Amino acid sequence: MAEAVTVDAFVRWLKHFAETVHDSAGHLTQLDSAIGDADHGTNMDRGLKAVVGVLDTNGFDSPDALFKKVGMTLVSTVGGASGPLYGTFFLRFGSALQGVESIGSKELGKAFRAGVDGIVARGKAELEDKTMYDAWAPALEAFDQAAADGLAAALSAAASAAAEGRDATTDLLARKGRASYLGERSVGHQDPGATSTTMLLESAAATLV
Amino acid sequence: MKKLINDPADVVKEALRGMEAAHRDHVRVDHDHAIIYRLDAPRQGKVGLISGGGSGHEPMHGGFVGTGMLDAACAGEMFTSPVPDQMMEATKQVDGGAGVLHIVKNYTGDVMNFEMAAEMAAADSGIEVQSVVTDDDVAVQDSLYTAGRRGVGVTVLLEKIVGAAAEEGRPLQDVADLARSINDQGRSMGMALTSCTVPSAGKATFDLADDEMEVGIGIHGEPGRKRLPLAPAKDVAAMLVDPIVGDLPYQQGDSVIAFVNGMGGTPLIELYVMYNEVAQILDKAGITVARSLVGNYMTSLDMAGCSVTLLKVDDELVGLWDAPVDTPGLRWGCSDHG
Repeated sequence: MAEAVTVDAFVRWLKHFAETVHDSAGHLTQLDSAIGDADHGTNMDRGLKAVVGVLDTNGFDSPDALFKKVGMTLVSTVGGASGPLYGTFFLRFGSALQGVESIGSKELGKAFRAGVDGIVARGKAELEDKTMYDAWAPALEAFDQAAADGLAAALSAAASAAAEGRDATTDLLARKGRASYLGERSVGHQDPGATSTTMLLESAAATLV
Repeated sequence: MKKLINDPADVVKEALRGMEAAHRDHVRVDHDHAIIYRLDAPRQGKVGLISGGGSGHEPMHGGFVGTGMLDAACAGEMFTSPVPDQMMEATKQVDGGAGVLHIVKNYTGDVMNFEMAAEMAAADSGIEVQSVVTDDDVAVQDSLYTAGRRGVGVTVLLEKIVGAAAEEGRPLQDVADLARSINDQGRSMGMALTSCTVPSAGKATFDLADDEMEVGIGIHGEPGRKRLPLAPAKDVAAMLVDPIVGDLPYQQGDSVIAFVNGMGGTPLIELYVMYNEVAQILDKAGITVARSLVGNYMTSLDMAGCSVTLLKVDDELVGLWDAPVDTPGLRWGCSDHG
């Protein structure tokens, strides 16, 4: 299959994501200071810098080896809730790709699903709790719907759907994490986790095809 | 921001160096993992007790490491949960063959990171790990639609009492059950006169006018139940004690440990003024204060304010509370120590 995703493409994805988060660290932290504890940008930037360090000094012969290392690195360096959530995502995402010979849209869709199942198991979030899941859920659905049209179409649909989900978190009342203590006062602020999740999918659309 | 620091990024690291230098007779510090250990850990046959959390709440938890309390404390970044690597490492280091109890305060990040550590430790080394999550903050009313009640003052009392039980050589299941029952019998509520200032942020976490107070504040400056005009200590005490008493509820004839905790920026004399009011309210309600604790034990950097914790106790718990403890932050009943 011409459009099979390679380990090199995954590495480009992660580096693109790291760069995006670094450039937007101030924005992410600002979103987090409104309804959280003002460290999402700083923490994600610190973790992804560590990931880039790992990518620059190691070679990986399979996606699952790559993502296992990435997941563990994030878990060890990010802290807070984002570390376990992003770490779990990549660990499960990688496991789902174990032994897969050619990674096309169908295989990638399954891996995304497995990663997000991990996020839900770890964070116990439901739709409209104002979390990263509110970007992930519509993204998965859009990806699956467009999967038959090829990888580029699926990734681009997922990124757009994630952005819509992210924007919709602004009007939601937070029911998970530190933002939930604000109650009504959490309404009117965009969720930082849904924002970084959208960046991850936008980076995927920019690099995996 | 006026603080006695060097580079804001080095505060946690340098404070751990200072703790080690000041308390060499009690603790050793693994600086690579930011873990504070009891000098004689692991103790063969004793359940290992580990806690941890974001820094900025000193003396909790590192100051409670030592005989009769914790075996290890994992220090996170300022107000940020420690990572699973730290808890895994600590779990391996303190296991004396009787298993390990993780004492976790109910904050989303803390719970997730400890959960991952427990899973990884079990898969990795086969060490039996149990966890207790403290969630005693009655200020969080809508706990079904939030991340739940926060873990606050009860954590300190729990670490002391469970520490004594572990020291007696009780098995892991007993120690874990005791820890959960203590959490069930304890309630807390806090208030702030001023915000705290996180060194890396450089400015106050929230704004509070000179004539205002936040009742129901969390230990990271999370919002409370309401913002009110400043009131006399007598009224503030009632605003904290009444919701606590009504929540469990604590009843006439109950015995409690009463704990007035300073948030870091309030002088001890004001905490005693508060304790005086708390004791009178409890006396009127027919609640007996079996033991008390007053001081800065679970702080929120430089926040001014206090919290009140009540823990319902019986003779067994009072006995464990009175048992010797020898840590940098809490020490009694151990005259043999230099």
